Amino acid sequence: MGTLILQDGTVLRGDSFGSIGGFEGEVVFNSVATGYQEVISDPANAKQIIVMSYPEIGNYGINDFDFESDGCYIAGLIVKNYSKQESHYKSKETLSSYLKRNNVVALENVDTRTLVKKLTEFGSMSGFITSNDVDSEFIREKLEQIQMFKIKEDVLLDVSPKSRYIFNPQGKINIAFIDYGTKKSTLTKLAKKDCRLTVYPANIEAKEILENDYDAVFLSSGPGNPNNYTFQIAQIRQMMGKIPIFGISLGCELLALASGASVTKLIHGHRGGSYPVINLENNKVIMTSQNHGYAIDGDNMTKFMRPTYKNLNDNTIEGFEITSLSVYAVQFDPEGAPGSNDGAIIFDEWINIAQRDINRINEVKNER
Amino acid sequence: MKDKSLKKVLVIGSGPIVIGQAAEFDYAGVQACRALREEKVEIVLVNSNPATIMTDEEIADKVYIEPLTVESLTEIIKKERPQGLIATLGGQTALNLACDLAQTGILEECKVKILGTNIESIQHAEDREQFKNLMQEINVPTPDSEIVSSYNEALKFSEKIGFPIIIRPAFTLGGAGGGIARNEREYEEIVHSGLTQSPINQVLVEKSIAGFKEIEYEVIRDANDTCIIICNMENIDPIGIHTGDSFVVAPSQTLTNSECNMLRDSAIKIVRALKIEGSCNVQFALDTVSNQYYIIEVNPRVSRSSALASKATGYPIAKIATKIAMGYNLHEIKNPITGKCAAFEPAIDYVVTKIPKWPFDKFSTGDRMLGTKMKATGEIMAIGRTFASSFKKAVTSLEERYIGLLHRGFEEFSNDKLLTELYIQDDRRIFRLAQAIYNGNELNRLCAITKIDKWFIAKIKEIVEVERELKSQTLNRQLYLKAKQFGFLDEEILYFSQSTIETIKNFNIQAAFRAVDTCAGEFIANVPYFYSTYGEADEVLDFKARVEETYKKPKENIVVLGSGPIRIGQGIEFDYCSVHASWELMKNGYESVMINSNPETLSTDFDVATRLYFEPMHIEYIMNIIKKENPKGVLVQFGGQTAINLAEKLNQEGIKILGTSLESINAVEDRKVFERLMRELEIPQPKGCAVTTTTAALAAVKELGYPVLVRPSYVIGGRGMQVVYNDEELLTYISEAFKFSNEHPVLIDQYIEGQEVELDAISDGRDILIPGICEHIERAGVHSGDSMSIYPSQNISAKNERILVKYATKIARKLNIKGLMNIQFIIKDDKVYVIEVNPRASRTVPIMSKVTGIPMANIAVSAILGKSIRRAGYGVGLYKKSNLVCVKMPIFSWQKLNRIDPALAPEMKSTGEVLGIDTTYKKALYKAFLAGGHKFSKAKQRVLVSLNDHNKKPALPMVKRLFKQGFFIMATWGTHKFLEKNGVPSKMIEKFMIDKLQKRMKNGRLSFIINTPTTGKNSQNAGFQIRTIAQMYGVPSFTSIDTANAFLTAHKVFDKNTILTYDTITNYRKKKFLEMFK
Repeated sequence: MGTLILQDGTVLRGDSFGSIGGFEGEVVFNSVATGYQEVISDPANAKQIIVMSYPEIGNYGINDFDFESDGCYIAGLIVKNYSKQESHYKSKETLSSYLKRNNVVALENVDTRTLVKKLTEFGSMSGFITSNDVDSEFIREKLEQIQMFKIKEDVLLDVSPKSRYIFNPQGKINIAFIDYGTKKSTLTKLAKKDCRLTVYPANIEAKEILENDYDAVFLSSGPGNPNNYTFQIAQIRQMMGKIPIFGISLGCELLALASGASVTKLIHGHRGGSYPVINLENNKVIMTSQNHGYAIDGDNMTKFMRPTYKNLNDNTIEGFEITSLSVYAVQFDPEGAPGSNDGAIIFDEWINIAQRDINRINEVKNER
Repeated sequence: MKDKSLKKVLVIGSGPIVIGQAAEFDYAGVQACRALREEKVEIVLVNSNPATIMTDEEIADKVYIEPLTVESLTEIIKKERPQGLIATLGGQTALNLACDLAQTGILEECKVKILGTNIESIQHAEDREQFKNLMQEINVPTPDSEIVSSYNEALKFSEKIGFPIIIRPAFTLGGAGGGIARNEREYEEIVHSGLTQSPINQVLVEKSIAGFKEIEYEVIRDANDTCIIICNMENIDPIGIHTGDSFVVAPSQTLTNSECNMLRDSAIKIVRALKIEGSCNVQFALDTVSNQYYIIEVNPRVSRSSALASKATGYPIAKIATKIAMGYNLHEIKNPITGKCAAFEPAIDYVVTKIPKWPFDKFSTGDRMLGTKMKATGEIMAIGRTFASSFKKAVTSLEERYIGLLHRGFEEFSNDKLLTELYIQDDRRIFRLAQAIYNGNELNRLCAITKIDKWFIAKIKEIVEVERELKSQTLNRQLYLKAKQFGFLDEEILYFSQSTIETIKNFNIQAAFRAVDTCAGEFIANVPYFYSTYGEADEVLDFKARVEETYKKPKENIVVLGSGPIRIGQGIEFDYCSVHASWELMKNGYESVMINSNPETLSTDFDVATRLYFEPMHIEYIMNIIKKENPKGVLVQFGGQTAINLAEKLNQEGIKILGTSLESINAVEDRKVFERLMRELEIPQPKGCAVTTTTAALAAVKELGYPVLVRPSYVIGGRGMQVVYNDEELLTYISEAFKFSNEHPVLIDQYIEGQEVELDAISDGRDILIPGICEHIERAGVHSGDSMSIYPSQNISAKNERILVKYATKIARKLNIKGLMNIQFIIKDDKVYVIEVNPRASRTVPIMSKVTGIPMANIAVSAILGKSIRRAGYGVGLYKKSNLVCVKMPIFSWQKLNRIDPALAPEMKSTGEVLGIDTTYKKALYKAFLAGGHKFSKAKQRVLVSLNDHNKKPALPMVKRLFKQGFFIMATWGTHKFLEKNGVPSKMIEKFMIDKLQKRMKNGRLSFIINTPTTGKNSQNAGFQIRTIAQMYGVPSFTSIDTANAFLTAHKVFDKNTILTYDTITNYRKKKFLEMFK
């Protein structure tokens, strides 16, 4: 019997199917029915204890193709029913064996729906997941520690690459890609659009990027509280207006902060494969993959920022642009994985914009 | 935004229930009408099926119960002048009709817009060639295939591609006429049958990709190009078995995220290319060892799958599709469940399993093999928190004699035999598989044989292993909870673990109910739609508390038991009754609690009752709900035999049965009690007795004399019922009958070949209201569900009518009937006999409600709740007749089921019915035949007549009439001789010339056949062969002299060039009144 302790003192028991041990983390839920491999390997989920709303998990095992990073940064996984017998021609190992190898504690036979409802009602909470059957004394002692838990800002460097590298060197469009903990799919989808991606660590300075002759800067998704990342925000601010900048998810939040808006925590976040968003310009509606716990405060945007997308469920801002500064961002994950690929139209749009705007910026530069 | 020019809209229904087109279109149609009502649009509805809720006058403004033909719709359009037409909610029937109407130019002439998906899109999706070309244009892979319109062309394809080949006829229902050919012989047969059945004489021959996974996507698109997937579904059975005959789960279980989204992207691409505006079902085949996939087909309309998807997710597809047809975009429509907008994709946190319900228990001679042609009459769905519980609950929902996956006779097979038979793709294969798993066979091997994904096989293994655990371990709380979470019933657990009820009760484990909320708990949804699970938190009590806060004064609740899956003998009419019962309860200030397991029906729509429980119709599940709900009582009389059969068990649990008491229900089922009752009331009935042994049967027959009617008690639709003429036949059938019902005795009755009459009544225990009396066209001996019947009766004397009413009143009072009752009589030699009393809703309740205007189910509920029927305002006794005459005609699904004898018998075989309504019997009869799809022609017609010895003499006037009406008669040897003797010219056909007959039927050179069957279920006899060939080529065969006679009457109406007029049911009822002023 394993245990999950929530900051409010709730204790849930389950059967352990991951590694032995115990971790603290932020307890959040994800509503994708397929895509657990993508979820557990998305660095943006670092330090999170993920509750899967969908009850049957592990069905098709773990394969070599669907990893979103080389690591597994989540603090724990909680499911209703883990499939011991996986079945898929691509499968290399079971989810359980993968989690054990990557030191992730996982519990099954948990009443996940009740847990999800609690998280929607009281908001995301911190918690402690352990493969052990712990007693009430342990829980009492642990509770204080759990309540103190916060995802720290160094998480960004944990998931970000240690040094610069080139992805898809033969690409024509030259992009500086700041990797705050990106998913591989973002890179591969941009590469498919003929982008040459120079991938930088999260602690890169603006001047290093501006020194080079890039067509645009791309800010990736990633973990943690964007308000903590003052260094990154400052670097972004320095680049604004000098080069087209695109941001998704965490990248979007950082761009908003750099633009002077405020970014606040959502009660329980948007984590799932299909959130409806509407394009505020042409009223087109798409279903988007999302994975964010923070959002731009719509009442606190600067007047230059024009909202471009809105979430149809809760009316939160899902994208904005500042055309004069060539800043474009969406809060959702256009790369999908897991979930809908509808958002991928953003990549096409942005690549066109990048080429248009860089020419304009260069013309201005030349005139000077 | 809404198209404001639409003030009046025509909705076309789907016609009679046939295999491949069942109650799902009534559900869709009603949702559509309600959505139109919200838009304040006047609704004109046309449907020939009187058993539907959509043909209620409270659902649409103008209800036409008229044949679904181009002629009738043209007249109705000219008369009503609607601005728009919705064709995508009435199945293939409505879609084909809309295409035909567009072609005739009437839509253009009357400026009728096709709403939603337009005709070009429909044709693009439905025409195999256009569709294939479009798919190639947008780079969606299709399997190698060719469209052919002759066997020669088909042959060229098979030479190129090799077998197996799939044959799919264009524009047919549920894949009728299609199949998989493994060799040339099969190929020839199927291609021919497909060409015959396709209205455009076109079939697609396609390289077989049998063994691929079959995955479906339910897509909705609006004019703004927003596309959403309601859910995807995975067939547990691989490609090769029609999805309507497959075990299906939602959502898909064995696909990775990238596979799911590859298919999702493809589905959206297709739907966009087709410019669908509304709902669309897209079917894919996905390889099991690569990313290769193929598009199989799309249905550019609401379908059986979309009904399933609606129930599986809670997303009201038909309603939203209707709003889109009205011009709205998805983001402008509100989702009633979450209060957010309708542009979203449901997230689910449970697993749904659908299992088809096949009619093979009735058709013992039928071909049980499953292929590309659908054979199931209905389906059940079950919801569970895990696959295992959902699957196990689904098996329980089948309402079979066996409840588990095992113990179905396969445990007696040797393992070798079992594995060999595992290759057979029929309705029992999942149970063979379960046994093979239990026997310990290696999963990979089973996977290789069945092509069922290993994941499903492993899950089934987990289920059957629970049984082993129960057998081998002492039952403790933990094991009990596990078994419950796997969907095991207490009775199974007790049996396997040899435990006692007390032990189980001491564990104190209760079922918990969870909501189906379209969002997996992410938002607060006030949806009253629940399913049960174990070991989790319950949501019902909280939900109830929240609702109760809004009431001014507390309300009591009453449970309505639904009727489970649609099967022969228990169809949509019981859904009609259950839904009305629920509505009436709410109208009377009660909360209604609906329980049902059928995803196709309106009763399982989440806003038909105060609360809906989607659960198996099994006493344990019902009791779990009752414990939570604590109802005032339970209504069992509206849900057909399924609900009635639960009455006794509910009573044992101390639950109050509302309405007619259990004692009365039992009294009419118990032979002896009923006989005594009839004697007391001085009501004659055919002599008979109940026997439990063969010896007793033989003794009984000595007293009664042949012919006798043999049937088991307590069955649906006369299953196992037969007229027998001698000892040999008796012995054969009695052993058959014991097979069906071993708990209850077999009934043997004197068979009286008279005029059959039937009436439905409502009683409050004191008074009785009889809306009308129906007279059957076929003489007694044909199941009432399969007889054509006439209202009002045409040939019953006023004296006998009075006797019928008197008997009905006596019976109702004696049995203290509260609610509905149906009585069947035979009149012979001016004497009235009672043959059957059903103290519950019957098949004819919806018809009688419509033709008389008396809302029978509603009044019945009021009566049950204690209101006097006098207060309903329709008087008491026999209700006055109007000028309207209607003829009900049964509809069969022969073309879907191979090797079924189409001969009418005491055992019911029809799947649906149509109603012809007019002001005279003859016109109503003619309409009934038209609605039934009969083609009338002025050309010289050939008819084959083949009569058994019993029927030769009685048939003579009919055959003479046939000759007089100008038909060319061909007759089999004996019949020919007989006709010759009686001066009727005919051409003799040797019975062994069946090949020649087949050719004639194939070439359309035989208009119909009249063939009265010799008794016995001998599938070798020539009559049976002739009938089944006729079935295959769609040649009508009349197996009763009376039906043939009726057809000749109808034909005469046609010959006289009678011009038909069409009117609403409301006006037909009023006509008498109006005509008085003429």
